[in-house]
Amino acid sequence: MIANNIQLDEQGRLKHFLSIEGFKRQHLVNILDAAEPFANVHEQAVKKVPLLRGKTIVNLFFEASTRTRTTFELAAKRLSADVLNININTSATSKGESLLDMLHNLEAMHCDMFIVRHNQSGAAHLIAQHVSPHISVINAGDGCHSHPTQAMLDMFTIRRHKKEFADLKVVIVGDILHSRVARSQIHALTTLGVSEVRVVGPKTLIPKQIESLGVHVFHDLQEALIGADVVIMLRLQKERMQGALLPSENEYYHLYGLTEQKLKLAKPDAIVMHPGPINRGVEIASSIADGPQSVILEQVTNGIAIRMAVMSQTLGRSHELPKSSRDNA
Amino acid sequence: MPDITQLTSNLSSNSSAISIINGRVIDPANQIDQQMDIHLYQGKIIALGNTPENFAAQQIIDASRQVVCPGLIDLRFRLRDRGYETKGSIASETRAAVAGGVTALCCPPDTDPIIDNAAMVKLIRLKSETEGVAKVYTLSALTQQLEGEKLSEMRKLKDAGCVGTTNALHPVKSTLVMRRALEYAASHDITVFIQAVDPWLSDGCAHEGAVSTRLGLAGIPVSAETIAISRDLQLIELTGAKAHFCQLSSAKAVQIIQQAQQDGLPVTADVTAHHLHLTDMDIGYFDSNCHVIPPLRTQRDQDALRQGLKSGIISNIVSDHQPHSSDAKLAPFAETKAGISAVETLLPLALKMIDIQGMNLSEVIERLTLQPARILNLAEGTLSIGADADICIFDPEAYWIVDREKLLSQGKNTPFHGWELKGKVTYTIKSGEVVFAIEKKL
Repeated sequence: MIANNIQLDEQGRLKHFLSIEGFKRQHLVNILDAAEPFANVHEQAVKKVPLLRGKTIVNLFFEASTRTRTTFELAAKRLSADVLNININTSATSKGESLLDMLHNLEAMHCDMFIVRHNQSGAAHLIAQHVSPHISVINAGDGCHSHPTQAMLDMFTIRRHKKEFADLKVVIVGDILHSRVARSQIHALTTLGVSEVRVVGPKTLIPKQIESLGVHVFHDLQEALIGADVVIMLRLQKERMQGALLPSENEYYHLYGLTEQKLKLAKPDAIVMHPGPINRGVEIASSIADGPQSVILEQVTNGIAIRMAVMSQTLGRSHELPKSSRDNA
Repeated sequence: MPDITQLTSNLSSNSSAISIINGRVIDPANQIDQQMDIHLYQGKIIALGNTPENFAAQQIIDASRQVVCPGLIDLRFRLRDRGYETKGSIASETRAAVAGGVTALCCPPDTDPIIDNAAMVKLIRLKSETEGVAKVYTLSALTQQLEGEKLSEMRKLKDAGCVGTTNALHPVKSTLVMRRALEYAASHDITVFIQAVDPWLSDGCAHEGAVSTRLGLAGIPVSAETIAISRDLQLIELTGAKAHFCQLSSAKAVQIIQQAQQDGLPVTADVTAHHLHLTDMDIGYFDSNCHVIPPLRTQRDQDALRQGLKSGIISNIVSDHQPHSSDAKLAPFAETKAGISAVETLLPLALKMIDIQGMNLSEVIERLTLQPARILNLAEGTLSIGADADICIFDPEAYWIVDREKLLSQGKNTPFHGWELKGKVTYTIKSGEVVFAIEKKL
């Protein structure tokens, strides 16, 4: 159905990074492998590597973000690229200028990469379809669709703790309906061969036919946690109490909040993840967020390495690439 | 309006005596499907078969190996004129219509200003007669300003020329107002065209299912359609109004309409050509040309629509022509405008039903001509002697590739760009006048 993957160039190398969907297992493994050396850059006295010297990267954020934008910025700077941050409050943008008009203006400034966050699903694909051929686009989150670098940093974190993906049971808890993170995680986990992905939440927060993505649906958290290796908690937006999706934060925490007692149902060495920012006492107990099984802060650190890997693979295409990517693409 | 009358008679007197010879004449109303000649004079069909005595054709059209059928009648067609002329005009869109073999089209009231007063009806008719090349009919607004609160002057609008009434894409939320509107329409024998959408469940941009879930698009469930149809069917039973349901999209909707027809309710329904040929899978990675309302649904739904068309539960095919400027489609999917510039692909897409669904040529033509004419209560859509000479001539075997840049419509928004289609209009005649003829290649 989906003819050609615009994320790859003619040689099958990474050109844009828009969604996990469309990549084969080896593509994802290559990105994880490429991130490994970057994960140690921060331990060195000089944190910069000169891979993207002379390149200009634009952080184009149509939606508020602190962490994601900052880690992209740090990643770009550690690769020695020049970074321009542009925050556009979509509601404040005059309706006159379209998304693409703005983009063409930026192109005229000779940039090499756009990192895009937008509140509408498909925005990053749209931009990638319309930018000049030399520009790469990285999706930093589009609507409820995709957040591929977040999913990859999660995979990187899981791999550091669990080694083999194949035997894992992974549980994703919360507002799957509105979560671009969950969608990307599901694609990444199934592509990497995880044996069982479970999604948990009330029916109001589980999108229709999510099973078609290869997951099992649970409405009872305790049942879903049994035997889990990885527990991923999603952020619950406060506005979900409106629109009759949920009765109250209190009831949500009671049913879907991760407490120490519930976590005991998972494997003893299970890790707990969260894309942040955390609502303590809404989706997760503080004692777990700060506890020994939590890898939440590691995720943030790994985010820089993964974003360095993705940026250097897309912009550094002309030169070095791990050999395996060409052999197995 | 004496000026209009005069204008019309001028047009008729200008149109010449035409003979169309050697064509395969298909006229479902008279069960004709055979090779014969057809003769037109002063805007009317005057003879089939032998040339009448003393008839001297000023123009002879050789329709060898071509089909000669009534001009197509399209029940849903946005001219964009008045109010949205950056998207299309009566001049541009009626030319697109006749290029697609459509000689009569029906314009919903959601123009700007809205067609809820007789002056707008007259304005559109006058513009159509001076600037247009196809017959333009209008539907009146069911409620004032389409706001779903006060009834429009639908009787006055009928007398001004409206062929039916509708609230277009704006569902009437109040059950009480809908009841009253149906009662009032029934009192004056006005057909109500219903685009069935539950206002509370329709806040999305794609069919709610695997595709909307994968793409993170807000979904519109099938129940948005079936709840609205079910409510209105109950009200139709209560009021005795005659209703036509516009562009069904789901298998469940076809089933409900079938049941209503079996129960004897005076209801008909139509389907768009694109719902017969596309599903939500065609959205691919956010192809905004597949953003339509009601949304493209699943393979199962598509199959049921095709079967419903063949069995007659669905009486006719519409284009739901909605030209847009290119900007309207260049945005993230949910922010793009819904609709397809569809009239120029209507006939070949309908003809595909011959191979796909085992319909015959006459059945397909009936659903593009006679059936829509009946719904509008017009004595059109036939080649009967004495009828208006509205004729479509097409080559049923000609293959062509859709090129959006070559569409005559101002709107280039088609998901069928690059499709190879079979069946090409060669001549279109409206009221005895050749309004479209394909350029002959040497």
